[in-house]
Amino acid sequence: MRNRRSRRGRIRPYTFTGGRTRSRHPLLVQTLVSAADAGTETPSNLPPEAQRIYEMCRETRSVAELSAALKIPLGVTQVLLSDLADQELVYIHPTITGHSPSENQVLERALRGLERLFQ
Amino acid sequence: MDSNVSSSSSSATGRSLVSAKVVVAGGFGAGKTTLVGSVSEIPPVSTEAVMTEASEKHDDLSSTPEKVTTTVAMDFGRLTLEQELIMYMFGTPGQARFWFMWNDIVRGAIGAVIVVDSRRLADCFDAIDYFETTQGVPYIVAVNRFDDDLPYTVDQIREALEIAPKVPIIDFDARDRNSAGNVLKILLRYALERPRQPDAAA
Repeated sequence: MRNRRSRRGRIRPYTFTGGRTRSRHPLLVQTLVSAADAGTETPSNLPPEAQRIYEMCRETRSVAELSAALKIPLGVTQVLLSDLADQELVYIHPTITGHSPSENQVLERALRGLERLFQ
Repeated sequence: MDSNVSSSSSSATGRSLVSAKVVVAGGFGAGKTTLVGSVSEIPPVSTEAVMTEASEKHDDLSSTPEKVTTTVAMDFGRLTLEQELIMYMFGTPGQARFWFMWNDIVRGAIGAVIVVDSRRLADCFDAIDYFETTQGVPYIVAVNRFDDDLPYTVDQIREALEIAPKVPIIDFDARDRNSAGNVLKILLRYALERPRQPDAAA
């Protein structure tokens, strides 16, 4: 693997725009998010939408649930959550995709859960 | 990390919470939201994604030639399978013109159910094409039995839709909780059985 670490001359577009459309964290629609410290007051320097998201994250919720409850489009919700995660205000929970056999144990737990719920 | 969770832990914000997603695809009106609603522990919720990618073939661009903004609604439901394991079911937008946003919905799914309306088989072609060409997401086909009447056998439907022999096809009633839940069980079993690369690149 070639090491191409040189950053000279490379400036990421969102440095300028501030209008990013991609989050830098693995935030899928089903990803659960919770406030890093639910007891902390909402930081007042956050944009209003980010404050509302932070408030709701006092209980663990998925990206889609936050978007639906706050009526903030998914893409915007993802970017704001990404900012909150950068500031270590929210914790992003792991998401199981089942793409690796190492996740079989969790998939089997999921299947047992379904078998309990549905006859 | 399979520790015994003591009953006193309120785990509402426990860090060991994990989630997974199942995608429910199919033609418009095939019963996707009905399926989600039958199994979900919450009434199906709708969230909106604003799409700015053009869908030139379908939208009238004469008034806004430079860009198209489409708001797409997705319905989803939730199932707590264990104290710390939550599964979400996401319905894809029904109209074929929204197929371009499926990547965002499908990415990271443990599997997909393609719901087929037995009276309008052709409506699910887009969904089947999509999952046939999307590697890595196992899918099954669930034929929704409207009015308790299935005009074709499952084998006839497999042939008509050219579904690979390994892909499970079942008939079910989207309105029935256990019948819809059974579809999810079959999907999970299929997802567990299929061969996968150990820790393939995500």
